[in-house]
Amino acid sequence: MTYSAGNYDVAVIGAGHAGIEAALAAARLGCHTAIFTINMDAVGNCPCNPSIGGTAKGHLVRELDALGGEMGKTADECFLQSRMLNRGKGPAVHSLRAQIDRRKYADTMKHKIELQENLELRQAEITDIKKVDGGYELTTQMLAVYFCKTVVVATGTYLGGRIYVGEVSYESGPDGTFPATRLGRSLKDLGLPLRRFKTGTPARVLRRSIDFSELEVQKGDDPPEPFSYETESLGENKVDCHISYTNDETKKIILENIHRSPLYAGRIEGVGPRYCPSFEDKIMRFKDKPRHQLFIEPCGESTEEMYLQGMSSSLPEEVQLKFYHTIKGLEHCVMMRPAYAIEYDCVDPTAMNPTLEFKEFPNLFGAGQFNGSSGYEEAAAQGFVAGVNAAHKVLGREPFVLTRANSYIGTLVDDLVTKGANEPYRMMTSRSEYRLVLRQDNADVRLTPTGYKLGLISEERWQKFLRKQDEKKREIKRLKETVISPTEEVNRILVSRETSEITTGVRLIELMKRPQLDYECLAPIDTGRPQLDRNVMEQVQIEIKYEGYITKQLRQVEQVRRLEDKLLPNNFDYREIKGLRLEAQEKLNKIQPLNIGQASRISGVSPADISVLLIWMAANKERQ
Amino acid sequence: MKNNTTIAAISTAQGEGGIGVIRVSGNGAIEIADRVFRNINNKKLADMKGYTAAFGSVVFEGEKIDEAVALVFRAPHSYTGEDVVELSCHGGMFITKQVLRAVLVAGAVPAEAGEFTKRAFLNGKVDLTEAEAVIDIISAKSRSAARSAICVKEGALRKKITAVKDELLTLTAHLSAWADYPEEDIAEVSEDDILVTCEKAEVTLSRLLETYDMGQAVKQGIDTVIAGRPNVGKSTLMNLLSGTEKSIVTDIPGTTRDVVEDTVLVGDVILRLSDTAGLRDTDDAVEKIGVDRARKKLSQCGLLLAVFDNSRELDDDDLELIELSREVPTVAIINKTDLDSKLDIDKIKSAISNIIYVSAANGEGREDIVKAVEKIAGTGQLNPSEGILSNERQRSNVFNALNSVREAKAAVEIGMTFDAVTVSLEDAISELLEMTGEKTSDEVIDRVFHNFCVGK
Repeated sequence: MTYSAGNYDVAVIGAGHAGIEAALAAARLGCHTAIFTINMDAVGNCPCNPSIGGTAKGHLVRELDALGGEMGKTADECFLQSRMLNRGKGPAVHSLRAQIDRRKYADTMKHKIELQENLELRQAEITDIKKVDGGYELTTQMLAVYFCKTVVVATGTYLGGRIYVGEVSYESGPDGTFPATRLGRSLKDLGLPLRRFKTGTPARVLRRSIDFSELEVQKGDDPPEPFSYETESLGENKVDCHISYTNDETKKIILENIHRSPLYAGRIEGVGPRYCPSFEDKIMRFKDKPRHQLFIEPCGESTEEMYLQGMSSSLPEEVQLKFYHTIKGLEHCVMMRPAYAIEYDCVDPTAMNPTLEFKEFPNLFGAGQFNGSSGYEEAAAQGFVAGVNAAHKVLGREPFVLTRANSYIGTLVDDLVTKGANEPYRMMTSRSEYRLVLRQDNADVRLTPTGYKLGLISEERWQKFLRKQDEKKREIKRLKETVISPTEEVNRILVSRETSEITTGVRLIELMKRPQLDYECLAPIDTGRPQLDRNVMEQVQIEIKYEGYITKQLRQVEQVRRLEDKLLPNNFDYREIKGLRLEAQEKLNKIQPLNIGQASRISGVSPADISVLLIWMAANKERQ
Repeated sequence: MKNNTTIAAISTAQGEGGIGVIRVSGNGAIEIADRVFRNINNKKLADMKGYTAAFGSVVFEGEKIDEAVALVFRAPHSYTGEDVVELSCHGGMFITKQVLRAVLVAGAVPAEAGEFTKRAFLNGKVDLTEAEAVIDIISAKSRSAARSAICVKEGALRKKITAVKDELLTLTAHLSAWADYPEEDIAEVSEDDILVTCEKAEVTLSRLLETYDMGQAVKQGIDTVIAGRPNVGKSTLMNLLSGTEKSIVTDIPGTTRDVVEDTVLVGDVILRLSDTAGLRDTDDAVEKIGVDRARKKLSQCGLLLAVFDNSRELDDDDLELIELSREVPTVAIINKTDLDSKLDIDKIKSAISNIIYVSAANGEGREDIVKAVEKIAGTGQLNPSEGILSNERQRSNVFNALNSVREAKAAVEIGMTFDAVTVSLEDAISELLEMTGEKTSDEVIDRVFHNFCVGK
């Protein structure tokens, strides 16, 4: 017998990284919000790598933080070691990555949720979703029925989860939790286009069974940099990571046992990501590569579990142990959790609008792995977008859509809903065409005004942000006005940096433009320099050195923005427009783009089709 | 999507006509036209009102290419409803295309099929009933463009473009993998790797641009000047080539006072011949004008036929001609081989590699001239199956790709970080993809996964 258990403005199914950001954002915007989890001890769990950030993912975390999300702050609070990746490769690809204490991270997130006003955290498996007047009814396995105005589905790998280890296979969520076995059926019945994806994770081994003596050590940055613009300082790095390599013997074992891999034996139907292949995939696809690198990373301060980055596998447990034992340092390692592959249900994201609301199911939203993405950071970013939009729907506010021009988050969402995902989607810097504008250092400039307008950035933080922008403006003015004379000391510095000497006085800004020079080396001759915020220096320096590229990309942004401003009708049958090619009609009907800009990015829609659309729109306007 | 850009195209019918009109439309139309048009009274087009005209010349790469009339229309009072400049120049597809080229290099982009009409419509200049007609034009033209893209796809040109694109993609994918997967042991990309690939692409792309000019030369004719000191036999030579008596042939130096033009077919190459007055310094006012014109014409020509008299020693005029020949493609023609040789042939050889001997008066040597000209025009070695750019749009893609490749190279040379270099490389790739009708989206990313073993 079901019973009526209550009403919510926003209900979030799943308390992983997507669900958390969705629920916190909705509650903070004043909506009466519930977040459901299958297991109270799995809230904010990191079932794969014990780290947050990485290339392009670090950008996502910074952007989320600039908007008022939680991931960056919590990662800072739980950090073990932090490194800015790609130093020396250019500011567009600098990315922050932090090793975190995964238990502490989960506990901290859970506690924040518990303390959040307007938000209720419940352990319950949602088994049924039903469309009703004004929203949806969610039923739990305990037969409680909740009426919810809006719903965000953020089920991760729980939805129809099935684990594979060699010949062994069983229904399961990640890390030995229960899977959500009934909700998938219900979503399918509702009419959502579900399909199967696959991902995997490596083994965890016991720290004291590893011989670190001959392994390469990887230390953190000194000083480590935080994710959040609100975190003042992180203190010292707490741990080291280690690097080792596979060898011929490892390869031999894989090749001898490849027939026992469920993927190669054809037992897994789900599509796995190319960028996160199992180790046996790497061996099979790149047979000539003599060795593969792996990282040994601690999972936390209060555990001896170590994560083997790069060693994901779905081979049988005994084979795993055998090949791990061929690796230097791991010869006698004790395996605590085996590596596994997990297959799960997710949705075709082209069924959604850029608000992450389903086109055909108003008030129903999706986020995270359920949308076909991969990674904690990608999930959190979508969770935030879906949560804000669910809240806005309830509050009667405008849709919240980020763009490719202002963020990686916008790029991520646009890619998903416009191009779809044929494999779990991972963010990469190569996915953004505006890399030199969308940097991790300037996420606050790009998005904090938006976060403030949303109401998710505090007044105090806003004032701090404004002061920082002032400081930046003053500093650029100072660099433009300060003239450096051609003294011996100046030229000594220039020569030591392998750049040409000066013969007349030049403005400081001109010296700053030279790629070889920076704040640090100019310090002795820049005597009038005021005390500057570290991030201010970073932004000023980049903006001066890359001015040409930035201006060029901003021009492209402006061109595209005009196209984004041309809105297309909802639920329109594009077969009505004569002159569009058949393929374009079909694609446009499926995607239902919001505007001309989005339409132009759909594969199969040509520039001529766009011209036809523009004319049709103009003709339409005239007719009315 | 190229929107709000300034577009340009030849808007008169193709073919040899009296007047060719190049239409430029968009926000930057007047500014761009000002970059190529020199008003005779020095007034900028930007300072002119709508519905006014100016007379002057079109300048390209520092050279005057034609006289032209510029008509200025100001938005919204124009065909497209935008700022428009129409440049009317002397006909001939060669000149007209040169003028278009100048406008494109100055910042305009080639107009898409039906784009003027489309803009006219979008700006409310064309009636609603015409909208459907415009759509028909665009879809018809886009079908023919698609067909031509397929030709590019299957032809020799495609092989060339694809080869360049592949190398750039491989490099860019390497840079991307290296940036996106810093923790995989992916080989460092060195400055040399980038420079070598860029230089290779640069060679192929600039060669393609040259063959475009060559292709044009085959179609339109090469501006050819016959030059030499007075009475060396230029007019006789011209008559030998054209087969009719065009120039007044006498033994009195300075008979040919004006630049005489004729179009002749030499082998497979069309030459637009100019017989010039001699280069000799003179006090005769009328003749002086002819000499000045000849010098000017000579420095601008596409092919120089430098004629020397076998029976006389080199004089100052000859030496000047030898110097001038260093600047332009030249065939040295040693005339009057029926007479005794007094010429210092080594001096000529030091500057000119193509030397042939004729006796124009006896009608001997035409064959040798044909061979030499074909060799220089490139058609001699021009493999017919070799990919050639066939239109302005393709040329524009290759031109932009080349620029981006050079930009990438320059960035490496001044020590910019590779993230900036990658941006230019991607620009080049997207131009080349556009040319073969492909869409830039995940080409680089696909290549990353194909070539590199990356993942956690």
